[in-house]
Amino acid sequence: MAEEFVLEMNHITKTYDSNTVLKDVSLKVRPGEIHALLGENGAGKSTLMNVLFGMPVIHTTGGFEGEVRFGGEKVQIMSPMDAMEKGIGMVHQEFMLIPGFSITDNIKLNRELTKPWPVSKLLGKDLEFLDREGMAADARKALDAVGLGIEEYAQVSGLPIGHMQFIEIAREIDKTGMKLLVFDEPTAVLTESEAEQLLGVMKQIAAGGIAIIFITHRLDEVMEAADTITILRDGQLVTTMAKAETTPEKLAALMIGRGEEGAIRIEKEERELSGENAMTIQDLWVNMPGETVKGVDLEVRKGEILGIGGLAGQGKIGIPNGIMGLFEAIGDVMLFGRRVRLNDAAASLKAGMAMVSEDRRGVGLLLDQSIEDNIAFSAMQVNGSYMKRFLRQKDGRAIRRYAEKMIKELDIRCTSPAQPVGTLSGGNQQKVCIARALAMNPKFLFVSEPTRGIDIGAKQLVLETLVRLNREQGLTIVMVSSELQEMRSICDRIAIVAEGKVVDVLDVNASDTAFGLAMSGVKAKEGEAV
Amino acid sequence: MNNQNKVLAHLQKYIVTYLFVALSVLFIIISGMDMNYVASQLLLRLNRNAFIVLALIIPIIAGMGINFAITIGAMAAQIGLLLTISWGVTGVPGILLAAAITLPLASLFGFLIGKLLNKMKGQETIGSLILGYFANGAYQLLFLFIFGSIIPLSSKVTIVGASGVQNTLNLTGEVGLYKAIDSIASIPFMMALQLFVAVMVTVSMIQYKQKKMPLDRMVTILCGSVAVMAVFQITPVADIFNGNHGWEIKLPLVTWILIIGLCLFNSTIMKTRLGQKFRAVGQSQTVANASGINVNRTRIIAIMISTVLAGWGQIIFMQSDGIGTFQTYAAHEQVGLYAGAAILVGGASIDRATNYHALIGALLFHSLFITAQTAASKIFGDSAVGEYFRAFLSYGVIALALVMYAWRSAKQKKAAQTDLVLAARMAKQ
Repeated sequence: MAEEFVLEMNHITKTYDSNTVLKDVSLKVRPGEIHALLGENGAGKSTLMNVLFGMPVIHTTGGFEGEVRFGGEKVQIMSPMDAMEKGIGMVHQEFMLIPGFSITDNIKLNRELTKPWPVSKLLGKDLEFLDREGMAADARKALDAVGLGIEEYAQVSGLPIGHMQFIEIAREIDKTGMKLLVFDEPTAVLTESEAEQLLGVMKQIAAGGIAIIFITHRLDEVMEAADTITILRDGQLVTTMAKAETTPEKLAALMIGRGEEGAIRIEKEERELSGENAMTIQDLWVNMPGETVKGVDLEVRKGEILGIGGLAGQGKIGIPNGIMGLFEAIGDVMLFGRRVRLNDAAASLKAGMAMVSEDRRGVGLLLDQSIEDNIAFSAMQVNGSYMKRFLRQKDGRAIRRYAEKMIKELDIRCTSPAQPVGTLSGGNQQKVCIARALAMNPKFLFVSEPTRGIDIGAKQLVLETLVRLNREQGLTIVMVSSELQEMRSICDRIAIVAEGKVVDVLDVNASDTAFGLAMSGVKAKEGEAV
Repeated sequence: MNNQNKVLAHLQKYIVTYLFVALSVLFIIISGMDMNYVASQLLLRLNRNAFIVLALIIPIIAGMGINFAITIGAMAAQIGLLLTISWGVTGVPGILLAAAITLPLASLFGFLIGKLLNKMKGQETIGSLILGYFANGAYQLLFLFIFGSIIPLSSKVTIVGASGVQNTLNLTGEVGLYKAIDSIASIPFMMALQLFVAVMVTVSMIQYKQKKMPLDRMVTILCGSVAVMAVFQITPVADIFNGNHGWEIKLPLVTWILIIGLCLFNSTIMKTRLGQKFRAVGQSQTVANASGINVNRTRIIAIMISTVLAGWGQIIFMQSDGIGTFQTYAAHEQVGLYAGAAILVGGASIDRATNYHALIGALLFHSLFITAQTAASKIFGDSAVGEYFRAFLSYGVIALALVMYAWRSAKQKKAAQTDLVLAARMAKQ
């Protein structure tokens, strides 16, 4: 009889310097099961997977304690290549595909089928000719297995993102001897129907006897697909249990470890709005790849928190990016009665708008710079704040004072204001972004995906901060988010964007059906004017 | 609309090439040079240079840019030639000996270059350029102080009364290496052309029959062949080559077998697993690495192949008709520059190169080289301007190609967005 577990990771402990990131964690995966691995950011999921794949980052920092057994035998996995040869595959979060190659060439990359000829017999396998027909046939088979109907000779560049995810999977299942597949946040970039299809494919693969480790944030997907669930928290194993024994609420509670109060609840006091418009947007078009806006009309009332929701790729993120001048835009945008000059980031900031970008690491932060410099940077550039009069040098003391105030107010967890931002966790980086936007004393604030990639505790704090800013300083806020529940908890109204246009602006208490319909591009009955 | 865009994109891609075609035609007209002379000079230079330019292709595909460090391959070849002259081996055996000495030397140098370039990923082009300059110092040390004193050499090649190698090395006369490959056999240009066309037609027919080549491609080749043959039947064109006017132009057969052999080598290796690795590493090192390809090793192999080929190319250059002697301490210096400029002129870029780019580039680059001097003296009344013009051209082409590459990649990112602006403008009207 086969071994009970295909993979056993027993009592894994890993320390970086003196910082213990994994403490006595065990993970046991049966053949043919989908094993969900849950945990907040920083819970130790990635480190555990790095151990499994023998990533250099583990071995160059002193290795780990504990043992890994694969297929019943104790193994030493020293490199990702090693892991691959043993039959452990990875479906990456960032796509590991070569855009200029065909699908076939990508699927068979470095595992090409070849035909020997006299020269290759003399000089080695590297000189064998590629067997293009055989490769195409294999690729076809793998694509069919994941239910992707596109031609195997199509070039990968130009394919929709969802397809790339399936090509990744096709490549992994094409590998012979594959026993264990790790899916790292596979549905993050997919549409709902694609995500559903993907879960179906995962079940099919598991039914074929391959074990799957499924890393995700989405509890509904876990409930839908997983057989067994392992939860990590702060580098420690919380529990491993069968799906049947649990509910999403229970899982959320275990992940956060705060008992019953898992869901986000924000205290907010009601107030009267003046009814004036802070911003009117007319026929806005924005050229943001993957998030194009195609003619949005929208009014933002003074003093409100307006949510903009919708599915990924429908254009909701393009709205703030276009208005802030980060992407090419055309249209009419009025801010407090004045026309905003589009396609000019500096002008947008000077007009009194600020934005907390969804792309924290790319646009939002200078990762090598200190917290205080990041906070002060935009304000110095745009408003000339925190500068000494003489020769316009930077005023280190004023910056330090403001940074310390912000660190306290927003509860940024750091060793000092001089700590480089790159070393902070995602949630704390987000808070630095907010502090920086506030340093410009904006009248109007865009926050784009403020809670993306940060843990629930930090989410709560970020959302509370937004509400406080709105109530105490009367700041008008537009929050763009994929998290409908979060928006419902803090917004006054929510606009839903589909296919680059605003479908409907709904009250936060509107029914789920109304939101669901709007997201699929259908306005709720009676066809009220947008 | 779409067609117009395609034409525009094509023009942008090959702007340097078209510029050179236009300039070449202009210069030929201005200089008023005899076409028979131009053609013979052109083919002569192609014989010498094509091999070295072709040696640049593999590193470009492997994503390492233009390997200016082929200069070091040329140095290896010059060491090989020096030893061959010193030992007194003549003729074809002499050339083979020089090539045999070049092989391990250039492989070793290529390995070291590859090692170094792996430490400076993303800056290979500039890295290899500087490396060439650095190696020049080591080369001079070797030739001035180590050869002759530590490594014994025949007095034929050393400076009289001192150690160190003579300033000029001679391949002619009793040394017996001059034209050792070129003079094995030569055939008239017209015959070579007919032969080439015949082979092309036969091969494409066979490939079509075996369904390895699509119909439209075969038709293009057939039509092209007919057109080329027709053009060369026209008396004024034929007269340039057949000797009715001026002298008959001949091609050195073995040299061209080597050049075509290298073309075949380049295209064959791309059909192997190794070629697939070159391409994968060239397009994305991250992905290649994740799929288990040893990126650094692949890059080193690419540079080693290129360095060895460049070395052999330098031997072909040195023995070729019209050279015969070389400046011991300077002959290699411009090899990388000229070859790099030539392949860029042919339409290659930092990340894309084919045999056609190399051959067409060498042809265009040299046609300008030949005519520039006379054309310049006609325009400015000073023949020295032509010399400056050559250097200006080579550096200018490389700079232009680098700028164009950066510009194009920035533009590609924007390309996806342009359509939307158009759509928005149209919706507004």
